[in-house]
Amino acid sequence: MTDLAPSLTRRALAHASLVVGGVLTLLLLLAAALSLVWTPWPVYELDIPNKLQLPSTAHWFGTDSLGRDVLSELLAGARTSIIVGVIAVGIGVILGTALGLLAAARRGWLEELVMRFSDFAFAFPAILSAIMLSALLGPGIVTSIVAIGIFNVPIFARLTRAQAKAVWAREFTLAARAAGKGSFRITLEHVLPNILSVIVVQSTIQFATAILAEAALSYLGLGTQPPQPSWGRMLNEAQLQLLQAPRLAIFPGLAIALSVLGLNLLGDGLRDLLDPRLARRR
Amino acid sequence: MALLDVENLVVRLPTARGMAAAVRGASFSLDRGERLGLVGESGSGKSMTALALLGLLPEGAELAGSIRFDGRELVGLPEDELCRFRGDRIGMVFQEPMTALNPLHTVGRQVAEPLRLHRGFSASAAREAAVALLDRVGIPDAAWRAASFPHQLSGGQRQRAIIAMALACGPDLLIADEPTTALDVTLQRQILDRLVELCEESGMALLLISHDLGVVAETTRRMLVMYGGSIMESGPTAAMLRRLAHPYSQGLIGARPRLGAQRGVRLSTIPGSAPALAEIPVGCPFAERCRLAIDECKAALPAQEIVGPDHVARCIRLDAAGARP
Repeated sequence: MTDLAPSLTRRALAHASLVVGGVLTLLLLLAAALSLVWTPWPVYELDIPNKLQLPSTAHWFGTDSLGRDVLSELLAGARTSIIVGVIAVGIGVILGTALGLLAAARRGWLEELVMRFSDFAFAFPAILSAIMLSALLGPGIVTSIVAIGIFNVPIFARLTRAQAKAVWAREFTLAARAAGKGSFRITLEHVLPNILSVIVVQSTIQFATAILAEAALSYLGLGTQPPQPSWGRMLNEAQLQLLQAPRLAIFPGLAIALSVLGLNLLGDGLRDLLDPRLARRR
Repeated sequence: MALLDVENLVVRLPTARGMAAAVRGASFSLDRGERLGLVGESGSGKSMTALALLGLLPEGAELAGSIRFDGRELVGLPEDELCRFRGDRIGMVFQEPMTALNPLHTVGRQVAEPLRLHRGFSASAAREAAVALLDRVGIPDAAWRAASFPHQLSGGQRQRAIIAMALACGPDLLIADEPTTALDVTLQRQILDRLVELCEESGMALLLISHDLGVVAETTRRMLVMYGGSIMESGPTAAMLRRLAHPYSQGLIGARPRLGAQRGVRLSTIPGSAPALAEIPVGCPFAERCRLAIDECKAALPAQEIVGPDHVARCIRLDAAGARP
């Protein structure tokens, strides 16, 4: 396999959207990591006398209506986005993939049950279920995570089932059964490794959706609550000064847009790279 | 006692028009070390027969009748008990060497898989066993091939690897479903010869399924000709090839291209095509296409008529077909 590794790297570097997406995603991760150890100003510190300042050397991106440093809030907001994204997509991947694999391996009524459950969860608007959840749990970061996670489960369940069924239809799974393997081992050793790349790609794209959803929920006041930093919450607060200080909305808006764009480009690039059938068509 | 005793095997498959029988009452038996050929064209039910023996029928299929393997009834056995037979006592080789190996695992790992499953081999013991197995089926440089991935092997090598996998646990019965159809003729010959040698070395029984009479003739001692889900003729291979009794079997051999045939002589064909599953008639399934068919043929499936020692055929027009001397 020595011949494969360098060509993969070369193909990755030659792929423009993969590189751009990778860089943007890396920036998002770095921002979040940096905020753990350092922010230009303390995130929670109010400085009312210096509110609504224009960008300067002291406050690179200016201050908001309560005098908080916008750059510091943006960096810390990246952390919130990533935490919500990782856990919510993680819930979706783990539960959804397990359900999809189970449905494909067992078939029959169990498959029907999983798929009808997926249809049901899919048909329900995500924002509506988030509102319902926040009525139950109260608004907060946990509510966002649970709501986005639940929204992700059927997406991964459907994708996994369809892909797993395609692997089950291939002759090597029949050969593995003829060798005496049970469906559990076939699922783990043959089905899952063959669909992993598809799941990785979909996770990247769902991660982007999760960041967007977290911002939307926080903007609506259902997600992250003040004073916890969140891009959606920053947008919400900025709308009061939209005419005086539009930059307060522009900075978090840009952060959301660039993160989502970066993750989508990364996902598309990974798909091209990991799916040889699509790559050959280029 | 025979190693494998199949009695009145019926396989029904779900189709758009309801359940249709793909195998309708097949009976045959196979002794230890015996080599049996199962011949038929596509859709004759031969592959379904093979899958039924291992309990690997497709989703929704119904199985009836009896399959006794070494005295044990396999029909109705739960999946986890069937798993113990598959790959251990009964090995299976599939038609497509290109797709029967998982592209993500090394060849060696897959070849030794049955040993890890059924014999509890450790990873390192399995690796060594894989090399020995690959060597046994005639793969040169087996140690290196064991560490290769399927895409790095040629079609013939892959088919040998699949045979090695089926042989791993030293099965009593090897079922080979068109094992050489996807390979070119010289390779076909080598692999069949190796299969025969392996059977003779280990006393393993072979059920060879093929549409190719030539392949079956070279490899087996007894053969069955299947059509429309029923076994139309069976007997010792040599005797059958001397005098095929059933008009369908005669048609099959007439349709084989021959080396050295006169230029311009048309290859004979059997008119029409095999009936769809749901359309197989009550009477002789071949009656529609048979040049000797009379009205009686369509009334009921003909009983087995003896045409020679251990040689029987399902036909009521055997005399017209010149089956008896």
